[in-house]
Order: sequence, then C-alpha cells, then structure tokens
Amino acid sequence: MLTLYGTSVSSRLLLGTARYPSPAILAEAVRASRTDIVTVSLRRETVGGKAGGAFFELIRTLGVRVLPNTAGCHTVSEAVLTAKMARDVFSTDWIKLEVIGNHDTLQPDVFALVEAARILSGEGFKVFPYTTDDLVVAERLLEAGCNVLMPWCAPIGSAMGPVNLPALRSMRANFPEVPLIVDAGIGRPSHAATVMELGFDAVLLNTAVAGAVDPAAMAAAFTGAIDAGRIAFHAGMLEPRDMAVPSTPVIGKAVFS
Amino acid sequence: MRILVKGAGVAGLTVAWQLYRHGFEVTILERAERIGTGASGFAGGMLAPWCERESADEPVLTLGRVAADWWEAALPGHVQRCGTLVVAGSRDTGELDRFASRTTGWEWLDEAAIAALEPDLAGRFRKALFFRQEAHLDPLQALSALTGALEETRMRFLFGAGGVPAEAHYDRTVDCTGPAQIGLLPDLRGVRGEMLLLETGEISLSRPIRLLHPRHPIYIVPRGKNRFMVGATMIESDDAGPITARSLMELLNTAYALHPAFGEARLTEAGAGVRPAYPDNLPRVTEEGRTLHVNGLYRHGYLLAPAMAGEVARRLLAEQRQPERKAS
Repeated sequence: MLTLYGTSVSSRLLLGTARYPSPAILAEAVRASRTDIVTVSLRRETVGGKAGGAFFELIRTLGVRVLPNTAGCHTVSEAVLTAKMARDVFSTDWIKLEVIGNHDTLQPDVFALVEAARILSGEGFKVFPYTTDDLVVAERLLEAGCNVLMPWCAPIGSAMGPVNLPALRSMRANFPEVPLIVDAGIGRPSHAATVMELGFDAVLLNTAVAGAVDPAAMAAAFTGAIDAGRIAFHAGMLEPRDMAVPSTPVIGKAVFS
Repeated sequence: MRILVKGAGVAGLTVAWQLYRHGFEVTILERAERIGTGASGFAGGMLAPWCERESADEPVLTLGRVAADWWEAALPGHVQRCGTLVVAGSRDTGELDRFASRTTGWEWLDEAAIAALEPDLAGRFRKALFFRQEAHLDPLQALSALTGALEETRMRFLFGAGGVPAEAHYDRTVDCTGPAQIGLLPDLRGVRGEMLLLETGEISLSRPIRLLHPRHPIYIVPRGKNRFMVGATMIESDDAGPITARSLMELLNTAYALHPAFGEARLTEAGAGVRPAYPDNLPRVTEEGRTLHVNGLYRHGYLLAPAMAGEVARRLLAEQRQPERKAS
C-alpha cells in the first residue's frame, strides 16, 4: 500500500482527467485503470468564476479521490489562489502544485514552487509539488512542508519517457522515505514500468491515456506495467553483466577454455 | 399530426423542415427575438465527419456523412464541397501522422499540391492531409435561408417571450432548446466554445483549414467577402459570457501561425456559445411524455442535426401509422 499524507491507496497510478474525447470515455478509463486518485485542472474550466459545474459533478461521481491541480498557473499568487478555489470546489486539502516557469517546455518554476509550497503548507494544505529531478529543490520542498515529491521524467505531454535515469536513481537514493511520484513525460507503459523498477512509488499521467486511440485499454495497460515494475523492484532485478551466463548447467563442458 | 417545435437553432429548424417534408403541421417557438442568437450562430458550419472522427466516436462519421446531401437538398447552393485541408507547423508534423492514423478519407498532399489547392498557403507547409469529401456552409446564412424556406411554407413562427401557445393544442412537442435543458435533462452539460471573425483582403482561402497543434488546434473557415471564422475553444463550462483574453490570444496566435496576413486582419467579432453535450458527446433523441427531446449536439450541430431530424421524423411517422401503440 502507498501512503500519501496519511491516506493509504492501493493503486499506484494517478490519472489526469484532461483531453479525453468525452467524459464517458474518461469514466471508462478511470474504471479500467482501477486508480484511486484523479487529478483535475481548475484553472481552465472556471470561466467567469463558474467552476465547470457539470464536468466537476461528473468527476465527483467517479467515486475516486480528487487531487485538484494548479495547472496553467505561472505565479505564486495565482497558484495559491487556485489552490484555495480548489479546496472549496472539491472539499479537499490536497493540491497538486504546479507553477510553470517556461511556456515552451512547461518546466516548473522551482523558485516560485518552493515559495507557493511554503505558503500553502502553512495554511494546512497537503501539497503534491510538480518539480524537476533537482535534488536541492527537492530538499527545499521537503523543508517547505511537502511530504510527497512529484518529479518529472520529461516535459509534460512530451511522451519522451525517462530522459535522465541517473537523476531519477539518485533522487530515489537520496529520499528513501519520501513518496516519490513520477509526474509528466510518460508516453507508454514501458516508461512507467521503468520508473517503477527504479523504486518510484507511483506514476501520474494524463496525455498518454487520454490521447490513445482506446484510452480505456491504454489505462489498463499502464496499470499492468506499473504493477509489473513495482513487483520487479521488490523481487530484485539482475544487474547487467559483461559476459553471458547460461541458464542451463554447463558442467562437463570446457567453459574456461 | 400537429407538432410544436421549441427552439429555432440548427436543431429546431432542421427538425421543422424534415417534419414539414413529411406532411406534419408544424409551429416553431423561439424564445429569442430572432434566429442565430445561440451556439448555432457561432458555429463553424463544417460538414467534416471524417476529420471529426479523430476525436469522436464512429456515429459522428456514420450519421454525419449524410449531412452535406441533406443541406444541399434543403438549401440548394449553400453547401460548398471543397474538402478540408489539415496542416501542421514544421515542429508539429508528428501531429499530422497522428491525425492520419485516427482518420480515413484523406490523401497526403505535398507542397505543390497544397499550393494548387490554396495558393496563399504556398511554401508555408511541406505536407498536408486533404479530406476531399468534406464540405462546409455559412451557418447564419443557412439558418436564415432555412427560416425563409419554412416561412414560404406558411409555417407559423412565434418569436419572443409572448404568445406561448398551449402545448395541449399540439399532438406532440419536439424540444430543441439545447442548453436551456441543462439541469433538466439527465447528464446534459454545457461545453463552452469561443470563436472570432477576422476580416482581411490579404489572404484568400477556398476551404476550411485545420491547423494541428499539440496545445491549441484551431480551424479557419472562409466565409466570403474577406471574412474568416476562427474557432474554436472547448471548455468544460456552461458560462456563455464574453470571450476570455487567454482564448482570444490562443486563437489569434494560431491564426497568425497559419498565415502572417492574419496579423493585419480586422477583428470584427468575438463570440462565445454553450454547446449542450451528453457524457459520450453524441446527440440523442429522448422521449418524456408527449415531448421528444433532440439534444446533445455538442460541436456537431450542422453535421448531426439532419440525422437527428430524420430520427424524429421516423418516430413520429411510426406513431402516426400505429397511434394505439403510443396511447397505451
């Protein structure tokens, strides 16, 4: 079981709710994934101060925990305001904190992120920060009150998969006790399996499922890959060797020749 | 049978025309003072079921492919069968492959073929998808022509709040009031859409152009007289207020990316409408007592209203033949 801010969840997949062909297909994907947590963007769906009424209602009826996010926010004050709005709309103190620093790569502004995390943690929010794989930033986020870290493995929606495995490995090694969720950049199930094999605790993704031809089937595929990666991590994998090792006994053969 | 059609948007007028053609006696009731005030008036008017299939379920294609013929039969000369051109910026050409893998009915065009179809786009895109079978119309012209044709049949139009007839005078009511039913019809929700009208003589296009973009895909539909419709956002909200600054920037940016001439265009109109949608984003005909509801046309009003009108006519004709079945 994965424990996030005292709440235990059985699924290690967190699913975003944006960009599905229809709410019906979103609901199918959520069911097929057996996820316990979905993320919802507040910024985009609150035109004229009205919180996307029927759509949010639909999200609530999915019967899973909602992790609202501050997607699309570029400043500390914007993110803090959006988090407070989210708390009212979804009656939760969980917030996926996202403060974008670069419009092109959607890279997090880590300075603003730490600042916003400190403010929100101080106000009782349970902050899930979307961050880079920078260890110093991670340290600062923990100091700011975060109990969970969500590093990217590649830019949002890029589907590149883990582009810097050594950085992810070192993050895992440096924060053995902190729940680490890879957020952003996952394109296919094998990417998810890879980061789970590294010992990450969970994976958050959206576009890889929403943009698939059959989102529900893809959601199920990710769930399988995440399970496989997690089991493999615990089972203890072989490290690569330079020489071949036959799997059948070789006694009686001149193996040392 | 005497039928009351509520709502004179694309759904209501289409249903009224279809029922008139089958010999029903129809009255149309519209809450607004004129036609075209709802989302139907802000539509793109693209009859593009093959393109729409990229993100919509199969019925959009099977039901939508009859739309161009339906509109041509109802309003001769209004439908332009010039196809749809789909392009992407040089760093987004992967989006074109993705689009192609999810759709049918296209052919690849190279730079020369693009220039032959749309001379003003020459040299701007190296490849494109061309959906030859698709068509488009001017929504407001179509609505007003359909209204004119219906008025010629001496059909009764009741506009505005006054003069609401007693529904008991009618055998059946067909409710086509779209977003007015949000909160009343189960599962119906509003999806906000925003559009612009640009005017420029510096560029001319002959068909709808879709510009694929990972974040802000848009389409531009030529409306004649140097006018271009740019659309459309998709926002999960039933707010019908004026266009937001962010949406305006996104639409303008992408139009400018399609062709810099749009940078010098005049912005003559910016509109927003609420499109009614069911969870599967497909329209439905439902029955509630003596009322038939046509709703959930989402972003496919002009494309799918003819099929819905056909469905309404089929049901009412069947009922007319076997009235006792409905009475029981």
